[in-house]
Amino acid sequence: MHTAPKLDFSAPDGAVLETPRLTLALSAEAKADATPGHQRRPTSDASQATPAQLAPAMPALLPVQRIAAWLRGALPGVLMTALSLGLFIAFWYFATKYRWDIYIRFTNIPSPGDVLANAANLVHSDKFYHNMWVSLRRILLGFGIATGLGVTFGLLIGQYRFARGLLLPIFEVLRPIPAIAWVPMAIMLWPSNETSIVFITFLGSFFPILLNTIHGVNSVDAVLVRAGRCLGANELALLRQVILPAALPHIFAGLTIGMGVAWVSLIAAEMISGQFGIGYFTWEAYSLIQYADIAIGMIVIGMLGLACSGGIRLLGNLLMPWLPAHANRGRA
Amino acid sequence: MIPLVNKDSTTGHIRIEHLGVRFGRNSSAVEAVSDVSMEVMPGEFVSVIGPSGCGKSTLLNVVAGFVQPSVGTATVDGKNTDKPGADRGMVFQQYSLFPWLTVRKNVEFGLKQQGMDGSHRQQAARTLLGLAGLLAFENHYPEQLSGGMKQRVGIVRALATSPQVLLMDEPFGALDAQTRVVMQQILTNMWQRFRISVLFITHDIDESIFLSDRVYVMTSRPGLIKAEITIPLPRPRTPDMASTPEYLAIKHHLRKLISEESLKAMGGELKDGGLGGFTIEVGPHGVTELI
Ligand SMILES: Nc1ncnc2c1ncn2[C@@H]1O[C@H](COP(=O)(O)OP(=O)(O)O)[C@@H](O)[C@H]1O
Ligand SMILES: [Mg+2]
Repeated sequence: MHTAPKLDFSAPDGAVLETPRLTLALSAEAKADATPGHQRRPTSDASQATPAQLAPAMPALLPVQRIAAWLRGALPGVLMTALSLGLFIAFWYFATKYRWDIYIRFTNIPSPGDVLANAANLVHSDKFYHNMWVSLRRILLGFGIATGLGVTFGLLIGQYRFARGLLLPIFEVLRPIPAIAWVPMAIMLWPSNETSIVFITFLGSFFPILLNTIHGVNSVDAVLVRAGRCLGANELALLRQVILPAALPHIFAGLTIGMGVAWVSLIAAEMISGQFGIGYFTWEAYSLIQYADIAIGMIVIGMLGLACSGGIRLLGNLLMPWLPAHANRGRA
Repeated sequence: MIPLVNKDSTTGHIRIEHLGVRFGRNSSAVEAVSDVSMEVMPGEFVSVIGPSGCGKSTLLNVVAGFVQPSVGTATVDGKNTDKPGADRGMVFQQYSLFPWLTVRKNVEFGLKQQGMDGSHRQQAARTLLGLAGLLAFENHYPEQLSGGMKQRVGIVRALATSPQVLLMDEPFGALDAQTRVVMQQILTNMWQRFRISVLFITHDIDESIFLSDRVYVMTSRPGLIKAEITIPLPRPRTPDMASTPEYLAIKHHLRKLISEESLKAMGGELKDGGLGGFTIEVGPHGVTELI
């Protein structure tokens, strides 16, 4: 239908993530099937085969045995993780306790104890929760709009030569400009501080989503599109019921990257021009010499970012139940 | 209830007249199909057999509406096949099930495009899946099926919209020999039940004899029709027939026609290598033979 396009986007961020190709999986399957006498799947294909026969042969294990096996496998991992984090906190503790000043200076850095104590206070602070909520709202709005527009434009550009010709050059020109570079322009463009921050967040996530969607559309197996047409699908149905789901793994790769960039852009925008928000909180803590709060702000930003990526992964698993579970355990 | 046989016996007439397809322009153009005329009568099962690269898929894609003829015409029931549509069901060489849909939803896809409501769709899909012995797998995803099952779902999906003709492009090419025999039997059953016209592409001689009323033999590039052979074997056909003198005579005849073509296709390569004075003679228009 369409040949793979050469997108000439050379900036490093928002790179297109390769996701496992369904087409590859399918042709591998075809080969497996052509091999005579392979045992994993029913080859005779007689209609008596039952779903149970499809399950891979696995020795039956008692639940207790399974838990024990799992523990054996997982325990060293858990121990190593605890050790690793313990080392980090110990370093932090001693560095701040003895106020190391060896080119990098720990003289003003809050200790783990300070941070914990301040955190205990902040847990009761409505202002702190408000800041978190404001940031989350900006992410939801900016990222949500970026998803809607990125996927829509991506589908159109990927599928229609006309849309590609008309829209792609605009995006190619705008794409290398980092979202943060837009801050002064955004403040002039948009009526309020709030909308300009949402705009910055949107810009950050839009391009990775757009590019991955285009890439996804271009790697849709042409035979699926043909099958759709043969079954009477019109253009809209083809776009929504064939191309969109076929491109979904790539789209979700874009969403994962987009979410990361959205947070980067949001925090920077909040620090530069913000009122409220967790980025603003962190910067304000610096201005007010509340050094422990800086660390708390950073930790919360990390956790919120992690939660958002986790949400995307969860949504991906829900929306793409046909993929083997490990396939879209993203490289976030 | 959905009528499972709603095709009357006068529709599904494929007519191909002086069809030529060339890909590309001027000097680099490839002539894939050249002056092909053939016909599939309503309810008939017709195979096209020929060496790979001779234009079989191209021919089928013209009837499906994916490829436009350079010269000549292809019609189904008098209508030009200039774009794909649900009146022509297609089963592809590669597996082409939608991986994101369950087996049943795959079968429902075409019905959904026709605007049929959910519960009727489901009922129709389940009936069809039952006929193909696949009801137990209705909620499986294609990835969980064997190759033979995938192709069976592909056939059921193509039949769901009650097309006039079924176009099949080497659908069993990737399957092992035993599965293929089972699939041929299932296809024959479905074909008789639906009284649908089938245009079937294959490079397997036994497959073409077992399935078809008639077989067209295509020459290597540019693809033209070299021979048209009627298969007079009675139906139902059984694998046992493969040892009857009648069957063997047809097979021998077809094999001779095809090996000539395969050798001719390799002729360019063999000429220089020299097979010790071995030559193949083919008349300017091929050999047209009729049983
Ligand atoms: N879209 C295309 N563009 C250019 N050449 C093509 C195209 N499709 C097929 N061909 C060429 O046409 C010839 C016939 O191809 P095809 O119909 O696929 O043969 P078959 O199905 O008999 O193996 C081949 O030489 C192939 O390379
Ligand atoms: Mg082919």
